[in-house]
Amino acid sequence: MSRKIPFEPLLWGAALAMPWLLDSLGEAYYIGFATRVLIFALAATSLNFVVGYGGLVAFGHAAFFGLGAYVVALAMQAGLSSAWLAWPLAMALAALTAFAIGLVSLRTRGVYFIMITLAFAQMIYYTVVSFKLAGGEDGLPLAQRSTLAPFDLAEDATLYWVALGLLAASLYGLKRLAASRFGHALAGVRQNPLRMEALGYPVRALQLACFVIGAAVAGLAGALLANQNGMASPAMLYWTQSGLLLVMVILGGVGHRYGGLFGAAALLGLEEALALFTEHSHLYVGLALLAVISFAPAGLAGLAGKRRRG
Amino acid sequence: MTALLEAIGLKKHFGGVWATNGVDLALAEHELHALIGPNGAGKTTLIHLVSGSLRPDAGRLRLAGRDITARSMHERVAMGITRSFQISQVFSELTALENVRLAVQGRRSDAGSSFRFWRPASAEVWMIEEAEEWLGQVGLAEQAGCLARELAYGERRALELAMALATRPRILLLDEPMAGLGPEEAERMTHLLAALKGKLTMLLIEHDMEVVFKLADRLSVLVEGRILTTGTPETVRADPAVRRAYLGEERA
Ligand SMILES: Nc1ncnc2c1ncn2[C@@H]1O[C@H](COP(=O)(O)OP(=O)(O)OP(=O)(O)O)[C@@H](O)[C@H]1O
Ligand SMILES: [Mg+2]
Repeated sequence: MSRKIPFEPLLWGAALAMPWLLDSLGEAYYIGFATRVLIFALAATSLNFVVGYGGLVAFGHAAFFGLGAYVVALAMQAGLSSAWLAWPLAMALAALTAFAIGLVSLRTRGVYFIMITLAFAQMIYYTVVSFKLAGGEDGLPLAQRSTLAPFDLAEDATLYWVALGLLAASLYGLKRLAASRFGHALAGVRQNPLRMEALGYPVRALQLACFVIGAAVAGLAGALLANQNGMASPAMLYWTQSGLLLVMVILGGVGHRYGGLFGAAALLGLEEALALFTEHSHLYVGLALLAVISFAPAGLAGLAGKRRRG
Repeated sequence: MTALLEAIGLKKHFGGVWATNGVDLALAEHELHALIGPNGAGKTTLIHLVSGSLRPDAGRLRLAGRDITARSMHERVAMGITRSFQISQVFSELTALENVRLAVQGRRSDAGSSFRFWRPASAEVWMIEEAEEWLGQVGLAEQAGCLARELAYGERRALELAMALATRPRILLLDEPMAGLGPEEAERMTHLLAALKGKLTMLLIEHDMEVVFKLADRLSVLVEGRILTTGTPETVRADPAVRRAYLGEERA
């Protein structure tokens, strides 16, 4: 960002120091909250890649998010607790599922694409809930957190830093991706798919790749959230979760690299803060969202600086 | 004559309208073949069918003897069939340079895959340099850094042509590239197309008869979805049926 304030180093420096800071303030409770923000930021960023960079308004992202969580929980139940194996497995399953869903869904456009991705995600929700082994309506608790030698994830601060590292890596990856050939092609597809096809681009394959990459990262976020919550729950797969992630993206800034992070931080922060004062926090969150959409259509990231797109 | 591109019995209907109603057309290698016909004759539809943006209801397409009827548009582009659009389809939020660079990058045969995720595209200087060359060729060197939406109408038409050329087609399908251009711009476009003659095969839709007779090696007259006649400009001009159906109407 071409501002005088070194926005990015400040942001990351503060994020890095957060656990020490909270600890010294005697507010260690909030480390868990900050970890949730990071995890949702990762999930929202992955959705932002699909929606804002790929131009694919998908309403079923919770499926990949939730599947990631269930893979970790099921793997642990089967005796596999290593994050080095279970987390990539979560990403792979989410990616594979997205590949199948995308293959069918990407034949449609606009509102039909929204509906069909929603329908597939709900199918997955009902399948998982009816699946005894996965704990049904109750979800599936984790006996312990994943092991990630040499780190000790049982430490809240370590889980926080791991989430932070993965978010930072994803945001850096997103930057590289947007500037790569693939990113440029994706920007063209978002603006005018017909034109891209007429230039010889395999448009649907590009969109499918975008959809699958987004899903894989959502799967990783899900794996993290299972660790943070100590369980995989059906709620993570439910359509309202997809809606929540979309709200974060819109709030933070569609197609802005930091949109997912800003959106997650703002939404979860607002909820947390309002919960202290009122039982009707959802109402106020809704009003705040309305205000942002009316006064800052480019989202919070759009307010903070110029739009940065692929 | 061995045809480079051959359309056999192409048909396409929209509701009750047969926009293409049994078109046979053969393009010889390196010819500039003009397609004329009144409004709504089905010229654009024929380009949709040949380029692959629409599927025919009947008929076949062959490229150098190979059946390509089932190929998708992007596959046909990779095989060398590129179209331009009657209404400019440029990426309005990208610069003129990036518009053409994308066209260069899309050329899978020699530019390689777009499924490269890490290295910045801007590091591949050759693509940028080539895009600059194409822009220069259509007279847009100065506008390279302008967003496409800031370009004047005629400049966008030129950009559209530069993008089509940057795919390095064997066959270029041009849908009224001069439509709406001022006299000077039209003149320049005519020169551009004249300079391309003999280097690639072109199917040119154009309403201005003067331009058509100046540029075309052969021309076909399309009326109500059918080819009325095909021949050299002289023979077509002399054809009484054409005069009645088309040219006469224009002079009236
Ligand atoms: N997508 C469509 N849906 C319905 N009808 C269509 C469609 N596209 C074309 N048509 C009809 O098909 C016929 C041929 O249209 P086309 O655009 O091919 O004509 P054209 O020769 O290019 O005309 P013009 O000189 O005005 O560009 C017209 O009657 C038109 O109304
Ligand atoms: Mg037309």
